[in-house]
Amino acid sequence: MRKCILIVVAVFAVLCVLPMTVAAQDQVIKIATQSPLSGGMSAVGTDIKNGAQLAVEQLSGPLVKLGFKVELAPFDDQGNPDTGVANAKSIVADPAILAIVGHYNSGVQIPSSEEYHAAGLVNISPANTNPKVTDRGYTEVNRICGRDDVQGAVGAQYAASKGVKSAYVLHDKTAYGQGIAEYYQREATKLGIKVLGFEGTEEKANFDSILTPILAAKPQVIYFGGMFDQSSVLFKQARQKGFKGMFLSDDGFDSSDAAKIGGDDLLQGSGTYYSTVSGPASVYPGTAKFVADFKAKFGAEPQPFAAQAYDCAAIALKAIANAAIAAGNKIPARADVTAAVRALKNFKGITGTINFNAKGDLTVAKYFIIQVTSADPDKWSTNKIDKTLDIAPPQ
Amino acid sequence: MRRPLGMQTLREILLPLGRMAVFVVGAGGVFSALMVVLALLCRGSGADKFLLDTQGINIVTYTLANLPQVLIDGVTLGFVYAAIALGYTMVYGVLEFINFAHSEIFAIGAFAGVEFLIAMDRLGLLKAAGPMGSYMYLTLALVVSMTAAGGIAMLIERTAYRPLRDSPRLVPLISAIGVSFALQDVIRLVESLTTGQFYRVIPTFGNFDARIPLFSIPTGQDSTLVDIQVKSIVVIGAAVLMLVLLNFIVNATRIGKAIRSVAQDRNTAALMGIGVNAIISFTFLLGGALGGAAGLLYALKFTRIDPFVGFMPGIKAFTAAVLGGIGNLTGALLGGIILGMLESFAGAYLGTFTMGAFGSEYKDIIAFLVLIVFIIFRPSGLLGEQVSQKA
Repeated sequence: MRKCILIVVAVFAVLCVLPMTVAAQDQVIKIATQSPLSGGMSAVGTDIKNGAQLAVEQLSGPLVKLGFKVELAPFDDQGNPDTGVANAKSIVADPAILAIVGHYNSGVQIPSSEEYHAAGLVNISPANTNPKVTDRGYTEVNRICGRDDVQGAVGAQYAASKGVKSAYVLHDKTAYGQGIAEYYQREATKLGIKVLGFEGTEEKANFDSILTPILAAKPQVIYFGGMFDQSSVLFKQARQKGFKGMFLSDDGFDSSDAAKIGGDDLLQGSGTYYSTVSGPASVYPGTAKFVADFKAKFGAEPQPFAAQAYDCAAIALKAIANAAIAAGNKIPARADVTAAVRALKNFKGITGTINFNAKGDLTVAKYFIIQVTSADPDKWSTNKIDKTLDIAPPQ
Repeated sequence: MRRPLGMQTLREILLPLGRMAVFVVGAGGVFSALMVVLALLCRGSGADKFLLDTQGINIVTYTLANLPQVLIDGVTLGFVYAAIALGYTMVYGVLEFINFAHSEIFAIGAFAGVEFLIAMDRLGLLKAAGPMGSYMYLTLALVVSMTAAGGIAMLIERTAYRPLRDSPRLVPLISAIGVSFALQDVIRLVESLTTGQFYRVIPTFGNFDARIPLFSIPTGQDSTLVDIQVKSIVVIGAAVLMLVLLNFIVNATRIGKAIRSVAQDRNTAALMGIGVNAIISFTFLLGGALGGAAGLLYALKFTRIDPFVGFMPGIKAFTAAVLGGIGNLTGALLGGIILGMLESFAGAYLGTFTMGAFGSEYKDIIAFLVLIVFIIFRPSGLLGEQVSQKA
């Protein structure tokens, strides 16, 4: 028994010492990613990490020449605010980390970025669309995607252009889902679409009782503000219960898993549409090489936001390199990197030319309306783009 | 000496069927009546005006028009809860502790059955199967689910509960919670290693998604069509069949008699020559198999499963078991049906009656609130607890 304890203690001691020897190496610069790597949203989350990883591998040349070693530090936020904040605390505590690419969910990014803000650590987001992300005016927070106040309105305008007169609005009660649903509702009411109901739900499996009043109200469109893991099940069950109208959702719906879950039911009736801030990687002129490299390395088509994550990491690398040179080829301070990100002008990313405004939004962001055209998850990236819009953020 | 079995067999089959019918009609009737009264009271309220404005019908017509659909959903859900609740109640009957790992046994049943169906689908067998064939495959999948879940339940009992059988009652309870967490992550691990997926979707096959129109109710200028999905009928039918079978095993067979005697007094049962360990194992097998079958039926009805799928139905079924009187098989059935109805009613009407102030996401709160109020006035459940006499 005593021997046993001794061995356990010895192993524990070795495990404790091991990371210390690794950390002792100098001149390492790390870029952290935070996205859901496990659980239901891991398909998109993992590709956010993979996109950033590809950028670090391909674009860290200038920093390597300056004598630094660049590493990616992936964190799994599980799409959960608590986990995101806990990760944020350990990210902030690691002095080698100079930038964060991340968060898939606005509900996770908003509390986590409070930690980044307190530590002066720059965060570049590929996917967080809630207005509050940048409206707090933190210099550390930037995003290279659109905003929900615009996206929700774009969804409502599209519905109106299709002749829709009545809608039932649902959301997932997260900062992201509820936010976009409210913007959708506001614009829809303005355009004369009758909103027959507005409701939040955390249900993931049994939508029977939620659907009863919806089917009774007979809306032409069911709008869902939230993630595909709820909406695709809801849409499938609504269709099976005899709903013939249109389904409309947001960029949270944009995952090939939506087709896997929803299947053929998404295509029937008036079909399924979603607004998004990130078109399939193939719509951006600069992404051909990225898609090829991504496929070669990870063996699959990139999920939505992978190309954006690549650009976020590219921006971070460029800003760090600029700041390092300004600091006399030393590891720059976090505040300098933060300033260097905003200072970038006309940065040529693979998803377009990137300029940040004073809040950290893009000066002009792209919005898409996409129609689901195939029940085959492998063909998700070939879904039909119905509309592309370039809109500046509201001031 | 053996008694003639014919009469008793018939009795043990008809009695539970009769009880189910009474429970369904009774609970449905009571809830419907309450709802109609509530609707009558709400005439002229804001909710009434809103409905007239948006859909052109008053609140009473609205309530009546949606009633059949709500009842159908409630009964389907109720039988699923009842099938799971029986697993909790049987284990409580013999061991007097709550087997919190039962929700994961349910999940394992769901995964085993769905993986089996996915494999059959990949081989092209489901597409080729005719209408009879699809029911055969569903039955096969149910057998797979029941075997897997029953086997795991027995394994859990052997490894996690039997060594703790004579410890204070809290100890196996904590062990059960531990097993529950462990199993969740085992499912996750196995799924990520083998398929790399978090969600599994039951393949579409046979005519289970078809809808049978029953009748339509005129509402204002429109009409509400009431129909029932084939899979709802399958879920109810399968659950009823299994509940009758279970009731028969427990009440009309030798081994059932042994289970009941172990539940009454373990030591005396042992003195009478009953292999207590084997009987407890068998109880877990029965409860587990039922839970596993419920898992597959749940997957059939709600189409998608993930490793945490068992948690909510598990908690609800546990509530149902307590509501009906834990340890009491008939009670679990009644509790399940009442809870299913309650949830269905609250979910469908709450949002409309409160004009969206309390949406249908409050359905669980309503269900649990009723439980709390009920337990205050009748702590041993609707039909009373049935536990060992020595306790």
